[in-house]
Amino acid sequence: MTRNVSITLQNTEDARPIIEAIEADNPAAVVVQYPAMVKIDVPDRIVVKRDSVTERLGRDFDLQEIHLSLISLNGYIDEDDDEFVLSWR
Amino acid sequence: MTTIEIKTQSLEPRRHTFGNIARRYGADKSASRYDESMLDLQADVNFHYRPIWAPEYEIFDKARTKIEMADWYTLRDPRQLYYATYNIQRSQMVQGAEQQLAFVEKRGLVDTVDAGWAETVKSYLLPLRHFEWGANLNSLQITNYGWGAAVTVPTCFEAGDRLGMAQHISKIGLLFDGNSGDSLDAAKDAWMNAPEWQAMRKLVEDSLVVEDWFELFVAQNLAMDGIVYGLVHDHFDAAGIAKPGGMVVTMVTEFPKTWFAEQTRWVDAVIKGVVAESAGNAGLVSGWFADWSKKAAEAMRPVADKVLGADGAAAVAAVSAALSERAKKLGIG
Repeated sequence: MTRNVSITLQNTEDARPIIEAIEADNPAAVVVQYPAMVKIDVPDRIVVKRDSVTERLGRDFDLQEIHLSLISLNGYIDEDDDEFVLSWR
Repeated sequence: MTTIEIKTQSLEPRRHTFGNIARRYGADKSASRYDESMLDLQADVNFHYRPIWAPEYEIFDKARTKIEMADWYTLRDPRQLYYATYNIQRSQMVQGAEQQLAFVEKRGLVDTVDAGWAETVKSYLLPLRHFEWGANLNSLQITNYGWGAAVTVPTCFEAGDRLGMAQHISKIGLLFDGNSGDSLDAAKDAWMNAPEWQAMRKLVEDSLVVEDWFELFVAQNLAMDGIVYGLVHDHFDAAGIAKPGGMVVTMVTEFPKTWFAEQTRWVDAVIKGVVAESAGNAGLVSGWFADWSKKAAEAMRPVADKVLGADGAAAVAAVSAALSERAKKLGIG
């Protein structure tokens, strides 16, 4: 059975490149806009890639910066310098 | 007893972005501040009067360059700078640079530099204030006559950068001459009269009267900067680093070197976009690049000979080769 993993970010200028990168890298992503926040649900696995965010942001992005925009997570975290992954495995 | 029911009410904004952005993206979706700051910003219709000094052109006119683009706004700045981010980033860079200068001054590190090498550094570095000033004028010229805010916003920022760079070089001069300003007077004199600088001065002066603004972009930002920055901050610097105190010079010129690396990303993106548009554009840019990079290499040769002696020719050849390699990656040549 597939379960959703999700990530919830503030709906701010800082988070926009991250949200766009997640949408591009996770074709199955369902993006739900709430007032002031954005919740993204994906079956099984979400990946946030540093390179994708860097490309949209126009400067080097450190994946740890995601925590400045992060509201909530749902899933087990696996992170390194290049990818931030949520899944149930 | 009354119960209070708390409800959240979600209000959808009527519009998510400005009309010019929505028309471009075909949907009313929120865009980045960078997009909002430049997309279709420049006026392009209903010019009432032609400039009296050049009645063959409109006030803004695509015909001011031979380059043709279906959409000039595809030439985006990969750094995505707009007024706020530009100022924040630059102020951080300048703070770092000032700290390095203050450190060198506080410890009296300039006195540790080998006396002969200090004279050499003054002779090759300080006259570049005038090179930077020429680059400032050229950036303003491009901003003035260029088409499309995607290109002319960063060129206007660059004009500020170049003035800042001239100031940074001046501060290095003041560091070396105990704040008397003598070294700057000597550098002006060298720029005007020293035989090794005359070819470079002529080249800068020639660039000031180039009419095609994109030719000027290629000449200044790719050809001349590529040769001058490559020689000065790589080869000249490397020649002094082993000498006593040579490291001090490396420290105080860190700012131009990091700035140039950042600038290169943007210059490459713009030129790559223009070259990829059509074979006609590629031909024009290739011709301009070949012409100006050859002239710039020849103009810096006497300076390189003076600084590096017998190794001057090899250094100029190495910088030219590296620049051609960079240009090839952009689709030129």
